[in-house]
Amino acid sequence: MKPAVFDYVRPATLDEATRLLGEKGVFSKVVAGSQSLGPMLNLRLAQPELLVDITSIPVLTAVSEQRDYVDIGACVSHADVEDGRIPDGSRGLLALVASRIAYRAVRNRGTLGGSLAHADPAADWISVFPLLGADVIVQSRRGTRTVAAENIMVSSFITVLQPDELIRTIRVPKISARARWGFCKFNQKAGEFAHAIGGVLHDPENDRFRAVIGAIETAPIVVADAASLFGGRFGPNLDARLDKRAVLALLDEKNVRDEYNRQLLLVALKRAAKQASES
Amino acid sequence: MSKSGVGARAKRKEDERFLYGRGQYIGDLRFPRMREVAFVRSPVAHARLKDVVIPGHLRSSVFTARDIAGVLPLKAVSPLPGFQVSEQPPLVTDKIRQVGELIAMCVADTRAEAEDIAAQISLEYDELPAVVDMLDAQKPGCVLVHDTVKGNVYVNVAFDGDIESVAKTAPVKVTRELRTARQVMSPIECRGFIAQWDSRVNQLILHGATQFPHVVRTGLSLVLQIPEIQIRVISPDVGGGFGYKAILAGEEVCLCWLAMRVDYPVRWLEDRREMLVANANCREHYYNITAYADNSGKILGFDAKAAVDTGAYSAYPFSAAIEASQVSAILPGPYSIPVYRCNTAAVATNKAPQLPYRGVARPGVCYAMELVVDAIAREIGKEPHEVRAVNLVRPEQMPYDNITDKHFDSGDYPQLLRMAVEAIDVNAVRARQQRGEKDGRLIGLGMSIFSEQTGHGTTADGKRRVLYEQAFARLTPDGRLDIRAGIQSIGQGLETTLAQIGSECLGMDIEDIHVKLGDTEISPYSSGAWGSRGMIWAGGATARACQELADRVARIGAALLQTDLKSVVVRDNGVYGPNGNVSLRDIARAYYLAPSELPGDIDPHGLEVTGGFTPTRITGIHTGAAHATIVAVDPETGGVEILDYVVVEDAGTLVNPMIVDGQIFGGTAQGIGSALFEEMAFDKQGQPLASTLADYLLPGCPDVPNIRVFHMQTPSPYTEFGIKGVGEGGAIGPGAAIANAINDALKSLGVEICEIPVTPRRILHALSTQVRRRA
Ligand SMILES: Cc1cc2nc3c(=O)[nH]c(=O)nc-3n(C[C@H](O)[C@H](O)[C@H](O)COP(=O)(O)OP(=O)(O)OC[C@H]3O[C@@H](n4cnc5c(N)ncnc54)[C@H](O)[C@@H]3O)c2cc1C
Repeated sequence: MKPAVFDYVRPATLDEATRLLGEKGVFSKVVAGSQSLGPMLNLRLAQPELLVDITSIPVLTAVSEQRDYVDIGACVSHADVEDGRIPDGSRGLLALVASRIAYRAVRNRGTLGGSLAHADPAADWISVFPLLGADVIVQSRRGTRTVAAENIMVSSFITVLQPDELIRTIRVPKISARARWGFCKFNQKAGEFAHAIGGVLHDPENDRFRAVIGAIETAPIVVADAASLFGGRFGPNLDARLDKRAVLALLDEKNVRDEYNRQLLLVALKRAAKQASES
Repeated sequence: MSKSGVGARAKRKEDERFLYGRGQYIGDLRFPRMREVAFVRSPVAHARLKDVVIPGHLRSSVFTARDIAGVLPLKAVSPLPGFQVSEQPPLVTDKIRQVGELIAMCVADTRAEAEDIAAQISLEYDELPAVVDMLDAQKPGCVLVHDTVKGNVYVNVAFDGDIESVAKTAPVKVTRELRTARQVMSPIECRGFIAQWDSRVNQLILHGATQFPHVVRTGLSLVLQIPEIQIRVISPDVGGGFGYKAILAGEEVCLCWLAMRVDYPVRWLEDRREMLVANANCREHYYNITAYADNSGKILGFDAKAAVDTGAYSAYPFSAAIEASQVSAILPGPYSIPVYRCNTAAVATNKAPQLPYRGVARPGVCYAMELVVDAIAREIGKEPHEVRAVNLVRPEQMPYDNITDKHFDSGDYPQLLRMAVEAIDVNAVRARQQRGEKDGRLIGLGMSIFSEQTGHGTTADGKRRVLYEQAFARLTPDGRLDIRAGIQSIGQGLETTLAQIGSECLGMDIEDIHVKLGDTEISPYSSGAWGSRGMIWAGGATARACQELADRVARIGAALLQTDLKSVVVRDNGVYGPNGNVSLRDIARAYYLAPSELPGDIDPHGLEVTGGFTPTRITGIHTGAAHATIVAVDPETGGVEILDYVVVEDAGTLVNPMIVDGQIFGGTAQGIGSALFEEMAFDKQGQPLASTLADYLLPGCPDVPNIRVFHMQTPSPYTEFGIKGVGEGGAIGPGAAIANAINDALKSLGVEICEIPVTPRRILHALSTQVRRRA
């Protein structure tokens, strides 16, 4: 279980990194925390010719807080978020999610950008950033573009990123003091990837009521108007109002057939709703 | 008792090295010019291998069955009547029988380069239908795994009894079909070996993580056909054994063959994927049981048909018969069962060979028996522990010979049960269940109790002696004690506990006692560390050697004290007479350095002794234990949390109670793995479905609760100091106790699950099936 031969560079600037990624005829890959790519290299599931290590590029670890959002550099680690080393605009949601990813050793190295780019359907950020309505700022030699977090992932392990592009920043909108959220990740043992994810967010300030159903073997289901799942507006006893049929119809659309998964996804969403409406 | 002797909670001598990271494992060893090996393994489960295509420029770095033709196949033959023999060639000759089977050996300067070479080898083969399920394998007309193993059954092990008469009159009848999953034993250190030829001493030197260096040497001598004296096996630190390092397999045989032909050392380090998909299989059992009982729950007859999935080969040296013979012989457990019938088949399939994992067949057997006992309790509406109580062998029956001729040397099973009932507080749990939980979870209580035949010196049927054990002890010229044994420590602290035995016999502090293990060149022959035999056998042998040494020391001491032998005792670092004492240090100095101070008739055998030990009865020393647990089951998600876990263990006299607790904690953690997490599944083509630890779930720290351990100490009449075996016990009880607890929790919903691990998926499936059935 050792990787095939590859070259390795660790550029100090974004320009240099994007230049290397844009080189024609070289099969290159970005590496950040290496917590997902490392095993794939060792199992020889990935055999790039060149690894471009982006972890010493200062702008990728930078964090800046604005009035309405927080910009988080792609190479910020799960542990940075867990430990509160970045400003929190999510009223604790990001730190909670971070703290339940994998084990501490993985969280120390694994990055937000790497997690999104890897697009494992069972991963956490790929569901949570869409719930918050975050944007992903993507950089290449050709310039930058902004992609809504819910549009990053196409399907299992496939994203809209081009080979010469990298994720630079995740722009997470702040939620108001009156906002409420609920998040439920079900896994059999601590540190395991999710078997099911459910998330609910309500922010009365800007009239947002969103939900996400994740860990479904493809991109998560993001429900921009969650009223359709709960037969109306956000309110108390939200969990009791969950319209199971509406949820199951969404799962049918995504071809989630396995009874076990369907049951867990329902429960995850229900518990997220309960947490949101009771908090 | 000396202060560091038998019974002391002495800190482990070896831990200083381990905790400072100074242990030496195969991965740590470096030899000049050492090269690395990677294997080409079979991608399919069953096929005829037609060709191995090696690009011309790689020819000198790749070796196949044709190259190593002089090496004999491994052959593990059980002495049981009717056992059908198969052979396991180190590299596939013509037929592939499992995914991951060894086909070619590639050597290069680094492992990565060796894997580069392996990736360029292509295979030509014709696939055959794979035999994946042990029940299908036994059906007439099923494809054969080995032509020599008719009906795909290595051996049937049967006990007969007149069940029909019992069936006619028994008021209660309970039938259950039960399964335990195939597991992968998972020491932190995978297997690994370094082989090299030492041309000065004309010897093959194999460094390998093994539980039994001497047995490996004997096996290698057989297949390589070179004298044992030309082989030295050194086992440095072993990062977990659990039975996975009590085998001899193709990788090390190939490595040795290569080392004898090249002038550099070669190493193979198993990686986790090889371990998971190709090697470390164990456990998988099937039971179909009907128990007959009276209305008090007293078992009148027990009728079982069982199978164990032994995989593609009869693994060396324990053979494909080991689990099946144990199943039939020990299924009655700690109970006195008047009529018993059982037939267990050892079934060949296209999976990695089944290896003897901690507890060997006992966790499966305990699971099957204890689930049936709970089923009887449910059937007659009694507390499960009450049903256990009426069936247990009683202390006044000891020694007791049970229905399968197992000889229980001593013990008090009803007391173990009472202690467990009290510790887990059955009444409080029942009250809590009545109240219900705010969070909607269901509480369940489960128990298991078992008798564990430890340290047996015979085959499972008790008929043939299979081993001896020796140890060596020497008082050094500076008055310290040098103990050497051929057994190996695999984490269980033998460097401390054997020293404690030396301390007990010679009155020395363990600081002055040094235990060396794991090297064939410096130790007497040993059958190794397995079967919870270490303390009974190697401890016994160490005691015998040290007792003899104490006699010799006493003789010299008496001479120096100018008194007669009868009036002296060996204790507290010296020999004490009526009018004075002399230290062991002075005795050693006198013997080695100033013999002129001694009378002329001093025993010239010196201050070194090889002692041997065998228990008074070699059919096994019976350790007993009861496990009890409380779980909370979430009926919406199938999630299970262990709220409390109690182990009551009677392992006779405890040499070091702290180490025993550690053994129980570790074993119980592994048993929790069997109960809730661990499962190596296969698809219809015989492909293993887990290739990393992301798919094969092991319990982690948060999944293992605080385990409360209670001890009884009923000494065995047949061993030194009354020691019983305890290394495996922790792993035996949890599957049964936890599964019973989950079934207890689900009882109100009319659901019972008869398969481990009890995963969330299995729980939700059972619940939804039940809902549909009711609707
Ligand atoms: C044992 C274990 C358990 C885990 N459990 C969980 C879990 O419960 N939940 C969870 O969410 N995750 C889990 N993970 C994954 C972990 O969170 C990883 O950190 C994450 O998936 C990848 O981040 P990384 O920085 O390590 O990326 P890398 O491994 O370095 O890269 C992953 C992929 O992303 C690409 N990439 C990396 N950074 C960028 C970028 N800025 N722009 C474009 N492409 C990029 C790489 O080219 C590669 O294809 C687990 C991992 C392990 C090893």
